[in-house]
Amino acid sequence: MKDPGLHNQTRSGESGEQCTDTSGVSRRGFLRGSGLAAAATALSTPLAEAVQQSGPKIIGPAAVDVSLTINGQAKKLKVEPRVTLLDALRNHLDLTGAKKVCDRATCGSCTVIIDGKPAYACSVLAIEAQGKQIRTVEGLGANHPMVQAFVENDAQQCGFCTPGFVMACTAFSMKNHNPTLEQIEKGLGGNLCRCGTYMGIKGAVQQAAKAVAALELKGGINHA
Amino acid sequence: MPDYKWPEANERRVIGKPLNRSDGIAKATGAAKYSFDINRPGMLWGKLVTCPHAHAKIKSVDTSAAEAIPGVKAVYIIEKTAGVPQDEMKWHGDVVAAVAADTEEHARDGARAVKVEYEVLPHLVNDTDLKGAAEDAKKAAGKQEQPENANLDEVFKRDDVVSVEGNYGIHMINHCCLEPHGLVAEWTAADELTVYLSTQNVSGHGGQLGGAFKIPAGNVRTICDYMGGGFGSKFSADRWDRAAAELAKKTGKAVKIMLDRDEEQMTAGSRPSGFGRIKVGATKDGSIVAWDSEHWGTGGATGGVMGVVVMPYVFTGIPTRRSVATAITTNIGPNRAWRAPNHPQGAALTMAALADVAAAINMDELEFFKKNVKLTGMADIYAEELDIAAKMINWKKKWHPRGDKTPGPIKRGLGISIHTWGGRPHDSKCDVTINPDGSVVLQLGSQDLGTGTRTVLAMVGAETFGLKPNDIKVNIGDSRYKQSGASGGSTTVGGVCSSSRRGCLDALAKLFETVGPALDAKPEDLEAIGGKVQVKGNAAKSFTWKQACARLGMNAITVEGAQPGPSTGEFKLASSGVGGVQIADVSVDIETGVVSMNEFVAVQDQGLVINPKTCTSQIYGAVIMGITSALMEEIIHDPITGRRLNPDMEFYKLAGIGDIGNIKVHLLTGKFKGQISGNEVDIDAKGVIGNGEPPVISPGAAIANAVANAIGVRVPVLPLTADRVLAALAKKGAVA
Repeated sequence: MKDPGLHNQTRSGESGEQCTDTSGVSRRGFLRGSGLAAAATALSTPLAEAVQQSGPKIIGPAAVDVSLTINGQAKKLKVEPRVTLLDALRNHLDLTGAKKVCDRATCGSCTVIIDGKPAYACSVLAIEAQGKQIRTVEGLGANHPMVQAFVENDAQQCGFCTPGFVMACTAFSMKNHNPTLEQIEKGLGGNLCRCGTYMGIKGAVQQAAKAVAALELKGGINHA
Repeated sequence: MPDYKWPEANERRVIGKPLNRSDGIAKATGAAKYSFDINRPGMLWGKLVTCPHAHAKIKSVDTSAAEAIPGVKAVYIIEKTAGVPQDEMKWHGDVVAAVAADTEEHARDGARAVKVEYEVLPHLVNDTDLKGAAEDAKKAAGKQEQPENANLDEVFKRDDVVSVEGNYGIHMINHCCLEPHGLVAEWTAADELTVYLSTQNVSGHGGQLGGAFKIPAGNVRTICDYMGGGFGSKFSADRWDRAAAELAKKTGKAVKIMLDRDEEQMTAGSRPSGFGRIKVGATKDGSIVAWDSEHWGTGGATGGVMGVVVMPYVFTGIPTRRSVATAITTNIGPNRAWRAPNHPQGAALTMAALADVAAAINMDELEFFKKNVKLTGMADIYAEELDIAAKMINWKKKWHPRGDKTPGPIKRGLGISIHTWGGRPHDSKCDVTINPDGSVVLQLGSQDLGTGTRTVLAMVGAETFGLKPNDIKVNIGDSRYKQSGASGGSTTVGGVCSSSRRGCLDALAKLFETVGPALDAKPEDLEAIGGKVQVKGNAAKSFTWKQACARLGMNAITVEGAQPGPSTGEFKLASSGVGGVQIADVSVDIETGVVSMNEFVAVQDQGLVINPKTCTSQIYGAVIMGITSALMEEIIHDPITGRRLNPDMEFYKLAGIGDIGNIKVHLLTGKFKGQISGNEVDIDAKGVIGNGEPPVISPGAAIANAVANAIGVRVPVLPLTADRVLAALAKKGAVA
C-alpha cells in the first residue's frame, strides 16, 4: 500500500546549499568568496585587504561560540573550530549516545540525523552543523518503534554500535517504509557491528520501517 | 539445606523461554553509559604518545614543549619498573607516555609535542616464513606423540591408506572492540581510587592496579555498567590504566584515557597466527589413521603460538599421530586471549587437512566426518548435530564432489567443521536479598559484556521465587559487590547462574521458615509459584509474595550464594564441555576471486539454556565474527619498515550487514538416543554452560572447506581474500 506524502517528509532532496551559508567554512563558500574578492580587487584594492573585507570568514584557532539545534533544543557552547560535531556532543554537551569508534567515517557508530539525512557526526565539524536540525539517539525515546524493534529482535549485544544503527535504521526507514532484504543490506552497509547483531537488525528494520515512516510524518515525535 | 538443582523441564516457567534482554532499551536509546561515556566534573583528557617504529631503543624523552602547550596539565612517562622509564619499544604503537589536558584537542596537541629520540633496531614482522626467522626469535612450543616413538611412515605407506600433505594457515587478527580500551580514573581520597573502566574483570582489576600505587585492592573501586566489547582483550590492568591514575594523582582531577582507533588496533589485542605443514592418512573407506603436523605462528611481541593440544583439533583419537609447535616472537602488537584461544586456528588447519583427505578418497565430506566422530570425545553429540545441520542446509540436495561443474563463473560449495569447548563455571559469589516489601535484589561483582548476564540473572531469580524477571533487581558492574569471576572462556553464565540459584534457594528456604507457621505448614512443604507462597499444590493455603515477605517484619533476608558451593558437588548446576557442528554454503566468483556467503548453519549443544533469545543472538554473532575473520580480517605490516599498515577500520575490514548471507541456528537441547553409544544423551542435565567461545571456532574452517568444494582447489591460508582465491586457482591447485 502506498503512503502518500511520506517521501516528501524525508527531505532527501534538499541540497547542501544551507551548509555554505550558515557557517561560512565550506569549500564551496570559500571558492565563491574568493571569486567575489578577485572581481572587486581588480582595479585598486590590495588583494589581502579585499579578502579580509569580503572573503571567507576566518575563525579560530581559539574556541568560538557555536549554536546548535539538537533534538529541537537550542544549545550554546564554546569550542575550537576543529572540534567535530561528535566531540561537541559527547565532550561538551554530555550527549554520549553517539559513539566514537573509528573517528574516520567508516563504522557509523556516531550516526545522527541532520536535516532529515543520516550523517557521520565524526566527520562534520560542530561549526558546520550550525543552523541545522540535528537529531541524536537521545531524541527518540523508549517508545520509538525502531527502539522497540531493536529490543524485540535482540538486535544488540554489547550495544556500542546500537545507537548509530538505530539512527541509521530510522533515517533509512524514512525513505524505505516497506524495504526488501536486499534494500536493507545495501542501505545499511554504512554501519558496522563487531558482536554480529546483523540478523536482529534485519528483523528490526523489517518490523519497524513502516511505523517509523508514519511517525516521522508526524514530526518524529512519538505520541504513543 | 535445599537441593541445589534446576527445575525439571515441565516445571520451568521462566528458564528456557525467550526473553528480551533487560537492558535493551537503555542501550538502544543511548541512555546506557559506557566507560567511554563517563564525563566527570572538571575531568581532563589523556592521550598517549606511541612509538612509530617496529623496534627501537628510546634514547631520550623531552616533554618540555608538550608542557608548554596551552591546556596541558601533566605528562607521565610509562615506567618499566618503579621509577625506571621504559627503554625498549617492541612494536609499532608501543606506548611511551601519556599527556593530560583540559580538552581532548589540547591533549592531542600535547602528545604530538612530546619529543622522543629513538635508536631504530632491526625488526621482524613476517610470521609466515619459519625458516627465514632468526633463530633467537624461535622457541620450541611443544611436541605430542601417540603412541610414543610411533612409526608414522609405516602407516602412511600402508596399501589401504591414502595420504595428503599440505600447507595451511591463518593470519593474525585483532579483537577490534568497538569501545576501545580505556577508563576514567579519579582519586576520591589520597589512597582511594575509582576507575570507570571498560573491562571483563570488574572484581579482579583493583588488585592489579592498586599494587602500582601501594594501596590495597579494596581501595580501588572498579565500575563498569556497560562495556562495548572485549572478546578476551580486557582482563588485565593496562599501562594506560596506570597512566590515567598517575595523571589523575598529579593533577587532582579525573582523567579519561580511551585509546584512539589506531592505538586500539596496534596495541590492545591480537590473536596469534597459525601456519603448518600437515600430513593426514585415511583408509580408502574413510577412517582417519595417521596425523603428522609441524606448525608455527606468532603471538606478536610477547611470543606464543597455539599449543599442540589443538593439533589435530577435536579428532584427538586418531590412532597414530605426532604434532610439533614452534613460536616466533615478532615486532607485532602482543596477543591477548581472543574468543576460544587456539581453537579457531586449530579448527582452520585441522578441518582443512581432513576435508582434503576426504576429497582425495572421493568421499562425501559429511559421511567422512560422521564416520570419524568416534575419534572425538563427544561422538553421540557430533553425530546427532551432523544430521541436524545436514538437514537444515539440505546437504543431500546441494552437495557435489569437489569443483562445481555448473557453467559460468559462479561456483557454489558446502563445507563442514566441528568444534568443542570447556566453559566450566567460574567462581562467583552472589548476595541475594528479599526485602520485607517484597522486592528482591541479586548483587554480584560480575559484568555484562553484551551476552545478557543481567537478563539471565533476573530469570534465575524469577524462576526460583515464582516471580517475573522484571521483579528482580540485578546489580552488577561494581567491585564493591561480592567477588565474581572475570568473563572469559565461557565461564560467566555457569558461574553466576550457579551462585545466584544457590543464593535464591537458600533465601527462599529462610522465607519459608518465617512463613511456614502462619500457613500451618512445614517450611519444606511450601513452594513459591505464580507470585504466591503456598502449601505445595494447594493454592487455597497461600500468601501473595508481598504478604509473605511482609511477615519478615523489619528484617530483610540476605544470603550469599557461592559457586563452587561450600560442600556439595560444584558442577551440579553448571558444568563444562560442549560440541557444535557448522556448515557453510558459499559462492565463489572464479573471475574476481570474491567469496560470498549464501547460508550458514550452526548447531550447538549448549547444556541447559537459560535464555534461548540471547543465546541464539550470541551464536549469530559468533558466526558473523567467524565469517569476518574467514573472509576479511588480517593484521598487515610493511616488511620493510615494520609498521602496521591497517590500524583502522577502512583497511582492517569487518563484515557489514550485506556480507553474511542467511544464518540459521539450532540449539541442541533435551534428550536423544546416542547413535554411536546407544545410550540416552541428556543435554539439559549438563547444567548451564557458557556460549561465548564455542560457536566462533568453526566458521573459518567450514567456509574454507566450502570454498574448496566450490572451486575444486584448496585456498590454504585464511582470510580467503580475492587475491588468495585467484592465486590458488592459478596454481590449479594441488595443495602446495
